[in-house]
Amino acid sequence: MALPQLKDSDFEPLQINDEEAEKIAGESTSYWKDAWRRFRKNKLALFGIVMIVLLGIMSFIGGPISGHNYFDNDLLNANKSPSGEHWFGTDNLGRDIFARTWYGAKISLFIGLMAALIDLVIGIIWGSIAGYFGGKVDEYMMRVADVLYGVPYLLVVILLMVILPQGLWTLIIAMTITGWINMARIVRGQVMQLRSEEYVMASRSLGASNTRLLFKHLVPNTMGPILVTLTLTIPNAIFTEAFLSFLGLGVPAPLASWGTMSSDALQSLQYYPFQLFFPAFFICLTMLAFNVIGDGMRDALDPKERK
Amino acid sequence: MAKYLLKRLAYIIVSLFFIITITFFLMQAAPGGPFASEKKLTPALEEQMNEAYGLNDPLYEQYFNYLVNAFTFDFGPSFKYVGQDVIEIITRSFPYSLILGIESILIALSIGVLLGVIAAVKHNKFGDYTAMVIAVLGISVPSFIMATVLQYIFAIKLGALPVARFESFAHTILPAIALATTPLAFIARLMRSSMLDVLNSDYIKTAKSKGLGQRVVTYKHGLRNAILPVVSYLGPLVVSILTGSFIIESIFGIPGLGSEFVVSVTNRDYTVIMGTTVFFSVLLLVSILLVDLLYGLVDPRIKVAGKGGK
Repeated sequence: MALPQLKDSDFEPLQINDEEAEKIAGESTSYWKDAWRRFRKNKLALFGIVMIVLLGIMSFIGGPISGHNYFDNDLLNANKSPSGEHWFGTDNLGRDIFARTWYGAKISLFIGLMAALIDLVIGIIWGSIAGYFGGKVDEYMMRVADVLYGVPYLLVVILLMVILPQGLWTLIIAMTITGWINMARIVRGQVMQLRSEEYVMASRSLGASNTRLLFKHLVPNTMGPILVTLTLTIPNAIFTEAFLSFLGLGVPAPLASWGTMSSDALQSLQYYPFQLFFPAFFICLTMLAFNVIGDGMRDALDPKERK
Repeated sequence: MAKYLLKRLAYIIVSLFFIITITFFLMQAAPGGPFASEKKLTPALEEQMNEAYGLNDPLYEQYFNYLVNAFTFDFGPSFKYVGQDVIEIITRSFPYSLILGIESILIALSIGVLLGVIAAVKHNKFGDYTAMVIAVLGISVPSFIMATVLQYIFAIKLGALPVARFESFAHTILPAIALATTPLAFIARLMRSSMLDVLNSDYIKTAKSKGLGQRVVTYKHGLRNAILPVVSYLGPLVVSILTGSFIIESIFGIPGLGSEFVVSVTNRDYTVIMGTTVFFSVLLLVSILLVDLLYGLVDPRIKVAGKGGK
């Protein structure tokens, strides 16, 4: 390797400029800007976001543009293959699969988002209080969470679905009853780490109340891991909904969800495989999109991953 | 160690007590009694049935009886299948689930670890990308879709493997693969990231600079340490395989405990629902405890007992 050519002028002292000395070279970035910059580089995660936005839009306009609705039976046109009239074909009752698919998108996305949001609220409140106060409070609150955590999630959901009247909200409630624990644990861990930081002490010595400290200082600073957990909760909820609907415990007919559509299609899989293809494809696509977004967020927000 | 074990066992018992209580009262609150459906029974007959099954006792007495019986694994008779005890149903169907579960755990572990190691060794190369694409797809495709797709392609279209039932080894291949997909993908990702961590550590560099071959370094020095997160994933793995079996067994018509549970849910066969729930819970809690103990054995740096164990 050749050495760079050095000239005498390279060894002369630089001029001292007091104003220049105070100048900060790069533009200052906040935590979120920095995270967004890293997130943007992740092509796969961006693809995930685009997919979710598209699915969201289609869930609203998909039904109207097909010219069909999700519940009209038309037995003369049952089990038709995809065509100009029915873009994704029709199911065993002659319902338009295209319209049903997008209606199912609405239900699946709604359940996923709702379940994740409720988990988020309960988890943040429970976890931050336990983590912040520590000691006996923490002990008791986390013991409750531990016992609930030992209860197999899907079994509880199934039991609740057996008991409660079938419906959208029942499904959401059943899923959140044990779903919040994971979130609470993560928030607790984060808050415990942060509560002895100097800025918390500073704020406390200025007379800030516990509530203010918790929700103004501690919780916002744990947002990174919380967001990551949130995005990874959504595909889980969507999967659970599909799983339960597949078992016949999901949303009641004539509401369409991808799970019920797949389960209906299973009976005639041998003759009309396309009926399974569409709902199954969109379940996979949605879960894929949320998973890659979650991965991208973890890489962008987790300081340990910074390079 | 003994103290730790006792504490964990106490936890398990509290959790179980909790589960039994929940299931009992949920089932009591359930709409429609066990004899409400199908043929209308005459009032006298129904009274006789209620008496025979102990449904006329006061609630607290029923609960207490159930609690005591549950701890001796006596869940009473099935409400739907006359003359069959719940425990008989469980012992009859569990072996199928056990075989299937062990097979899929083996598939998930071996292929998952292999994919993860390949991805880490070929970091940012073709092998890495292929392995990770498989992993992301595996996580995104729910097991029941995987099952139907496999069934359609290999059994219905190609006719290479049996469509359903559980009679020979060939019958178990498709369901075991379907059941293993999601955990396999999880294991591959876990393995990749921990292997990457390990391969960048100093002692690996030392081993390499001693002149050891790539293979020895990767498999003898790296793998042993990198596999630890996978060991701790074994608990959730058992959970995932068990719950996955509900659907997979139904799809492939396997008379295992999972499909028995689903059938009992559809039939509202309360004693069977309660019995299987408690049985599953015991299985899960015990296997998680075993995994934690195993973890201590595999990694001597970790003292499961916390401060003790001097």
